Amino acid sequence: MKLPVNLKIMKVHLLSRKRQTIVAMLGVTFGIGMFILMMSFMKGMNDFFEDIMLSVTPDIRIYNDYKTDYSTSVALQYFGGKGNNLVIVRHPRPKQINLNLKNAPGIIRDLQNHSEVEVVSPLLSAQLLFNYGPVQLGAIVDGINVRDEDRLFGLSEKMVSGKPENLLMADNGILLGYKLANKLNVGTGDLVTAVAPSGASLRFRVVGLYKFGIATMDEYKAYVNLTDMQQLLGKSRDYITDIRLKMKNMERAPVHAPTMAKKYGYKADDWETVNASIKAGNLIRDTFTYVLSFTLLLIAGFGIYNIMNMVIIGKMKDIAILKAEGFARKDIVQIFLSQSLIIGFIGSMAGLLLGFLLSYGLSKVPWPEDEWVVIKHFPVNFNTLYYVVGMIFGLLTTGLAGLLPALKASRVDPVAILRG
Amino acid sequence: MQELLKAEKLNKYFHGPDTVQVLYDISLSICESEFVAIMGKSGCGKSTLLYLLSTLDTEYEGTIDINGTRVTGLNENAMARFRNEYIGFVFQFHYLLPEFTAIENVMLPALKLGNFDHEAVEKNALEKLRRMDMHQHAYKLSGKLSGGQQQRVAIARALINDPTIIMADEPTGNLDSVNTDVVFNIFSQLVQEGNTIITVTHDHDFARKGNRIIEMADGRIKT
Repeated sequence: MKLPVNLKIMKVHLLSRKRQTIVAMLGVTFGIGMFILMMSFMKGMNDFFEDIMLSVTPDIRIYNDYKTDYSTSVALQYFGGKGNNLVIVRHPRPKQINLNLKNAPGIIRDLQNHSEVEVVSPLLSAQLLFNYGPVQLGAIVDGINVRDEDRLFGLSEKMVSGKPENLLMADNGILLGYKLANKLNVGTGDLVTAVAPSGASLRFRVVGLYKFGIATMDEYKAYVNLTDMQQLLGKSRDYITDIRLKMKNMERAPVHAPTMAKKYGYKADDWETVNASIKAGNLIRDTFTYVLSFTLLLIAGFGIYNIMNMVIIGKMKDIAILKAEGFARKDIVQIFLSQSLIIGFIGSMAGLLLGFLLSYGLSKVPWPEDEWVVIKHFPVNFNTLYYVVGMIFGLLTTGLAGLLPALKASRVDPVAILRG
Repeated sequence: MQELLKAEKLNKYFHGPDTVQVLYDISLSICESEFVAIMGKSGCGKSTLLYLLSTLDTEYEGTIDINGTRVTGLNENAMARFRNEYIGFVFQFHYLLPEFTAIENVMLPALKLGNFDHEAVEKNALEKLRRMDMHQHAYKLSGKLSGGQQQRVAIARALINDPTIIMADEPTGNLDSVNTDVVFNIFSQLVQEGNTIITVTHDHDFARKGNRIIEMADGRIKT
């Protein structure tokens, strides 16, 4: 197949100065390659943080927010305040507060019938102390229905030993974080004693250890059956403090949370609100990556602009002669712009390949050994979107960088050149 | 004989720091198969006139018609197309594209015109080179040829689209006497074949081969 004449000229021009062409291409290749690498890595990090965050955050949490009504006080009755007597109470304290959700079974039933809710997991949580010889170690212990909790957070995937279901089989079973178990010097099958703030205590048998990769979960957290917790705290069978939900589509959680809060009269937080700082972190990293990549491409663009400008200055005579032969301005633009676009296209393709190879290599690099973090390799996200964006970026910058010199070339006055 | 080129009242100004008029009310007409030599001292405006007639320079007053077409005021694309089809150029310096072979240089205007496919154009180009006795150098890079050889390739290039008018700006100005003779002979042959040629030259021997000499002085045609 024979190329159209303008493209034939373009080809000869590119091939007659191979070194310059290759240098210009390498600029684009490097820019796009780094863009792909950075986007893949940054996105991998974001995914990793989001995964960790979501592994301990329910889509929606409904709970009884601690609010105290100070409008009435026993002080008023005690001092017999009437008429013009003014009783001022500084730093009042509440007499009795129940943090539970009243009518919890009704709310749970109602939520289970909600079309967009996938899992409903009730919770009764308390700060307990574990006896370890003379030392008492504090931990938040969650009383849960283990099947619901497993569906909510995927407990079974986090187990180091034992199974979550063991809670149901054993009498007074407990699941410990592996760090906490280490500190208590116990393993599966051993007994631990937990003491409630009220002084009541209960002996639990360790039936499993888990590892989330998050310090607060692994060192200061344990799971027991909801009924055992209610018993230890001396509460009734319907006493729970939180209801956690997993939605069929987690993106809809911010929509549903306010309506649920209104409907049941309790506070409802969605995962986005709770983890706003992580979201902000993601946004900052994304912005940073785009800015840096854009800068790299801009530099590559300047390189192409420079090279094309030099080429055109060196080819003034050729341009004049082409015009005299009957090549119009648009032909000249085509000849020189297509050179930049070819450089951009081949450079970008090579850049995508380079980016892929680099990010693939990075995904095989072991993550520095760290007992808190549960990843083996650098997190990398291979999303095709970045490759498409990279290609568009590459063509756009080289196109723009080539357009100005090409337009300049098309404006060359042949008479001024040919007359010498 | 049929009138091929007609120029009326051409005025041309150069706008440097000061505006200078270089052509004054030039009117001329050239007929088919004429060999017209434009002569005159340096700076008399003869090259300027040639570039006006060739449509490369478009900033002038007056009108030019070539082959019955009013080229004055044509848009840029139409002008380029017209030049491509009807006008062949030979310059003082050969001005070949150095990265292309001799035959590619000859072929480019025809490929641009696009009336024939690649093979036909190549065959035609080789034929034109053969007439210039350059066919054995057809596939050499044009940068590797000698000055006289390059000028012959340039003439072949000017002829490739069988132009209505061949315009030459001092075609022998930069050649030694041997090559000057070669180019002389080629032009004589072209005239005998009935080509219309307008050339600017300093060379009286060359000019005498023509049917007509237009002498210019200070931007005017001497009568």
